[in-house]
Amino acid sequence: MSPRSDPDALSRPDDHIDAPQRDAPSSDEASVSQPKLGFVGWLRFAWRQLTSMRTALLLLLLLAIAAVPGSLVPQRSSDPNGVTQYFADNPGLAPVLDRFQMFDVYTSAWFSAVYLLLFVSLIGCVIPRTKHHFDALRARPPRTPVRLSRLAGFTERPLPTGETPDAAIDRAAAELKRAGYRVERYDLRGEASVSAERGYLRETGNLVFHTALLGVLVAVGIGGGFGFSGQRVVVEGQSFVNTLAAYDSFNPGRFFDDGTLDPYKLSLEELDAVYETRNQEAIGQPIDFTAHVSVQAKGGESTPGVVKVNQPLRVHGTDVYLLGNGYAPTITVRDPEGEVVFTDAVPFLPQDANLTSIGVVKVPDGLEEQLGMVGFFYPTQETLDSGAFTSNYPDLVYPVLTLNVYQGDLGIDGGEPTSVYTLDPSSMEQLTGGATGVESIELMPGETVELPNGLGSVTFENVDPDAAEGDYSHSVSRFASFDIHDDPSQGWVLVFAVLIIAGLLVSLFVPRRRMWVKAVRRRDGAVVLEYAGLARGEDPGLEEAVASFATAHAGASTDAAAAAPASETAPPGESADDRANPST
Amino acid sequence: MTLDEISIILVYSAMAVYAIAFIAYAIDLARRSAAATKAADDAKSAVGASAPATEAGAATGTAGAVGSAAASGGGAGTLVAAPPARGASVAWGRSPALRVAVAMTVVAWLLHLAADVTRGLAAGRVPWANMYEFALTGTLVITTVYLLVLVVAKHDLRFLGTFVTGLVLVLLGIATVNFYVSVVPLPPALQSAWLVIHVFVATSAVGFLALGFALSVVQLMQARRESFAASAKAVKQNFLATLPDSATLENLAYRVIIIGFILWTFTLMAGAIWAEAAWGRYWGWDTKEVWTFIIWVVYAGYIHARATRGWRGSRSAWLAIIGFSTVLFNFTVVNLFFKGLHAYSGL
Repeated sequence: MSPRSDPDALSRPDDHIDAPQRDAPSSDEASVSQPKLGFVGWLRFAWRQLTSMRTALLLLLLLAIAAVPGSLVPQRSSDPNGVTQYFADNPGLAPVLDRFQMFDVYTSAWFSAVYLLLFVSLIGCVIPRTKHHFDALRARPPRTPVRLSRLAGFTERPLPTGETPDAAIDRAAAELKRAGYRVERYDLRGEASVSAERGYLRETGNLVFHTALLGVLVAVGIGGGFGFSGQRVVVEGQSFVNTLAAYDSFNPGRFFDDGTLDPYKLSLEELDAVYETRNQEAIGQPIDFTAHVSVQAKGGESTPGVVKVNQPLRVHGTDVYLLGNGYAPTITVRDPEGEVVFTDAVPFLPQDANLTSIGVVKVPDGLEEQLGMVGFFYPTQETLDSGAFTSNYPDLVYPVLTLNVYQGDLGIDGGEPTSVYTLDPSSMEQLTGGATGVESIELMPGETVELPNGLGSVTFENVDPDAAEGDYSHSVSRFASFDIHDDPSQGWVLVFAVLIIAGLLVSLFVPRRRMWVKAVRRRDGAVVLEYAGLARGEDPGLEEAVASFATAHAGASTDAAAAAPASETAPPGESADDRANPST
Repeated sequence: MTLDEISIILVYSAMAVYAIAFIAYAIDLARRSAAATKAADDAKSAVGASAPATEAGAATGTAGAVGSAAASGGGAGTLVAAPPARGASVAWGRSPALRVAVAMTVVAWLLHLAADVTRGLAAGRVPWANMYEFALTGTLVITTVYLLVLVVAKHDLRFLGTFVTGLVLVLLGIATVNFYVSVVPLPPALQSAWLVIHVFVATSAVGFLALGFALSVVQLMQARRESFAASAKAVKQNFLATLPDSATLENLAYRVIIIGFILWTFTLMAGAIWAEAAWGRYWGWDTKEVWTFIIWVVYAGYIHARATRGWRGSRSAWLAIIGFSTVLFNFTVVNLFFKGLHAYSGL
């Protein structure tokens, strides 16, 4: 390894490998004078500790460890149902974990503390380094060392015939400059030399990398607060207007202003689902989901659009994603007189890969008592040996709807919000299915049956009544579950991410090095050109670079000593072992 | 016979050849140990048992002699001069076992490549869309990186072959026995150009990090041996005497790992861009995202450790080893047992 302790070393934390080693006596002094540290002294000491490499390293490792629990325990942010389930499964442990914010690890106080400390440490490191780098960018390359022979890649070449030492050094300076070095001529005791430095970009890249990390944090932390995300289920042929009230669920950022929502109208014309039909290993596996939509600005023209799983629709400042789909059977309920008291396409939630789905129909008005129905929908119904129904294919081949009917109080008049996907049967009487002894209602598209106790009738509408006999492929409407997002900081995060990669590439691969060329007059009067380099940071190619520059500048050496590897061109009076030993 | 069946046959053939290569590499290591011991014995008898010279110094002195002994034993071969080391160093030429091993690795690599390509042709897409295919392609990348480094690196790194072929063999075996799934179409969520980029870059990163792991392990062994030599304790002469010194190994490991780290950084970002398109958010702390982040942070720690006084050397090597353990954990345990959105193992 090349010698690294430079007199004018980069402004680095004390324990950075490139920082100058502090002498032992001075640290003794520090320990002796420690009792005299005043408040400011302690602050300086604490700051120095926080911005040291060791602390940064420790915090990095701590951050890695702190991130682990979030993958072991479900998180409210990514898996809220998992958290509910966890509470149900572990009633004793879950509240304890919750006290330690284990279900919100990435927003928890302790996780935040680790990364905020890390970023404070980073800022404390980056600011002085930036200042120092700024100075270094304007500084002249340092004076040529007196003895080049102790430096990396030292080699010498005879002065090309017919060239004066000054001319050779001038030419070296010009060639180095062309190779991207900053050069400075020095003449020491009559010996012409050029000092050159390159690779300032390495430190620039390093600073860009670290600053961009900070940029990502700020963009996510602040910019993310101005966005929102909302979910909405839309049935084929229906539409939704981008207003707060229209969302099924809505998560605004901290600084979100709902006045900024652009009230455009999104209509779902058709949802195409394609399933595998030929590959025996994958029958029924989804191949493609495409939502054909139309978008209409307030008072504007309607324009068609497409939303696919990997292809969001970006309209009116929002991004629309297709995150789910399923069936929404159209169900009509009539009273005993045949008057329609309920008709709607009711989204049923898929329960498995073959889209066995569960849904709830609530008929609050028009009948003697409120009516509730829990429905199972099987797109391709099959009867198991046990007699239970199941679906064995996700598309509509033999669609069957079964309904369990409840009569009584739906519990929706109290004003408390209830889910449209669940029915609370606690104050209702079950009329069909289960323990009632009455068969569940079973319907195929287009069929109607009487409700028990002469309550009226229920119809499973066929939304494609003109289809050929036995073709049910479009008999039931589908719904799309859209996620609608706006994240104004997203672009910034991407910009910083690109800067991170660019900074990383530059800081790890651009070598920062110094090179010197000096014309030295030997005791016998001959003038030789000496070449040497100094690595500043990782630089595995330094020796080769010095050698190839020397060859390009003064030609391959004819002299046997110079042709040998650098480590063997020991000038008189120096032992080769000295330099072979990496510890020097 | 379908293309997928041909692919399977090629995988098994590749595994058989990898096994031969692995045995040959192991024989080479054993021979190295023997040569190193012999060098030490020769040195003792040359200097005299009572002479106070350390074995380390003596072994260096007779390196040339051992080299020619090895060469004459192994037929024609060029001598590779061992770099100067702090501890003992014994020159090691081209042993026939090593040459067979490298040749077999190349043959296995070709079979492996053919297996991967036919699997891709059978599926009509890139062959890395489920866990079996990740393993098939990932191990191919590990071998590719190893062979590439053999060509590019100035040092003779063929001693890593035991580790590389061993790891590839084990992973391929587990994959074909436990993870195999027949060709099925891509689910909509995977139908994206990012599948080609994100997953391929991730597997490439793993290839480099695996090599960095192997180098770090050897570095630790070498450092331990060097510290024994420095304290003039009796050093058991083994194959380590024929390998580069720990500082060289550390520099090599570092260079391989920073390439892996940059690729991993890109993996993380490409994954975020894809997640934005597919799931509607670029980062959501999904289990796989969490572990990708953890791996990134651990290797960032490794790079910092290299630049921290008191951490360069064995401590940073341990971080490289922990880093690769998290990579393996992410590939196996997280894929199989953790719930998350990256549920594409196909199992």
